[in-house]
Amino acid sequence: MNPEPVSRLEQILKQGEFAVTAECGPPRGANADVIREKGELLKGFVDAVNVTDNQTAIVRMSSIAACVHLEQMGLEPVMQMVTRDRNRIALQSDILGAYSLGIRNILCLSGDHQTFGSQPEAMNVFDIDSMNLLHMVRTMGSEGTDMSGFELDEAPHMFIGAVANPFADPFEYRVIRLAKKIEAGAEFIQTQCVYNTERFKEWLRMAREQGLTEQVHILAGITPLKSANATRYMATKVAGMDIPDDIIKRIAGVPKSQAAAEGIKLCLETIQELRELEGIHGIHIMAIESEDKVGEIVEEAGLLPRPVVEV
Amino acid sequence: MITITEQKPFEEVLKSLEKSQSVYIIGCGACATMLHTGGKSEVLAMKEKLEDAGKTVTGWMVIPTACDQLTEVALIESAGAIQAADSILVMSCAFGVQTAGFYTALPVFPALNTLFVGKEEGPGHFIDVCMQCGNCVLASTAGVCPLVRCSKSLLNGPCGGSVEGKCEVDSRIPCVWQTIYDRLATQGRLAELEEIEPIKDWGTSSSGAPRRFDVVTSDD
Repeated sequence: MNPEPVSRLEQILKQGEFAVTAECGPPRGANADVIREKGELLKGFVDAVNVTDNQTAIVRMSSIAACVHLEQMGLEPVMQMVTRDRNRIALQSDILGAYSLGIRNILCLSGDHQTFGSQPEAMNVFDIDSMNLLHMVRTMGSEGTDMSGFELDEAPHMFIGAVANPFADPFEYRVIRLAKKIEAGAEFIQTQCVYNTERFKEWLRMAREQGLTEQVHILAGITPLKSANATRYMATKVAGMDIPDDIIKRIAGVPKSQAAAEGIKLCLETIQELRELEGIHGIHIMAIESEDKVGEIVEEAGLLPRPVVEV
Repeated sequence: MITITEQKPFEEVLKSLEKSQSVYIIGCGACATMLHTGGKSEVLAMKEKLEDAGKTVTGWMVIPTACDQLTEVALIESAGAIQAADSILVMSCAFGVQTAGFYTALPVFPALNTLFVGKEEGPGHFIDVCMQCGNCVLASTAGVCPLVRCSKSLLNGPCGGSVEGKCEVDSRIPCVWQTIYDRLATQGRLAELEEIEPIKDWGTSSSGAPRRFDVVTSDD
């Protein structure tokens, strides 16, 4: 870990503020206005914006390029990087390139399997896994070398993040995995969307007991539910997504036109509950293709104004 | 251990034989016979289909083990019928196709796709258990290989898509990391999962360079 914060997100977390980040998916095309429009919707409401890396294995504008577009608007990007599409040579190269363009936050993932995407016939890479990617970014920053040991002309000091899914199995292993990610280099964690708060609290309790919440900043994942159908789809078709029956019933129990509003109400209640948990240092809002709702959620949750920090 | 093959679509076979009016067919008495992809009855069925498609089949044979050196002898013994053909269609795995190609100047074409070297998990049910990476990791993975049994070849535990022992890619695929976890738990070795498995050396795999191997004995 670097003594001096390298990004605004790191500074905010280090000074003990409750951080707010949001997700932003790049367009399926070369039109930068799409990303700028999403950026405009998020500006002033969040501390940093995650830019996904060909999420769901569908070809989109590169995360690095979209990060730079956001940066030029004054937003701080979190570059997501998956190990599905690049080998270690390409990963290191892109980390250097991203850093040279001013990107300071990185989120390391393995990525959605290519069979979920629009080109399932693609060959995947998985030369390394997310654990080794975390270690790679940390080594490049702290040792100032690439993976061959070659001394870099300017080391990329990034604020390094990882993901955690407390709702996947085996449950007991999820905390071990979190500990491994911290050991590998993770300084912040963004979690899977939280609907099952009981299970989430149990995971957090185990992490606290091992002292992990003292070593890493955990941002809990939030996704507003839009409709009863979307909720059922997420609950049954998205692996690793845990939506309890009472929540499905709640969204399905209101008139169709009210479902989205009920989804936001639920988000606000969840945020309130999460804010009180020891070891939760922020939220990460994944409002997929409804970035216009982020401002409303952050404002209603009483998380405005966002702190102003300079790094 | 058996080489798993499946028949290519007949249209694809015909396409590769586009420039061949006459064809000689070779089947294999080993894996392809056991899998019903290139044994005697499949060879005869192929002969009929090719003839229906207007080709002349100059002859056929099922070599006991198409991938071994005796293929050379078999090709010499049947040289007459083989030389009368424009090409050879081989109904074996890629080892047999390449062995035949090694001993003849005629064009050889595959009738099968070679899928993997399979382990029989249950009667007639085969799974892929080893990718021959050349750098075995089984010591730290409870004797089950995640490189080939995990959809993402993860070496440091299950991803966030492991639910109730199933892989997110297909619920018919068991999550190998759940299996590894359960085995290590039974053996009292769970603490081993806390270790970070370092970045893998793929230099010994097919990604390194075309591989070869020389047997060295104490007499050498």
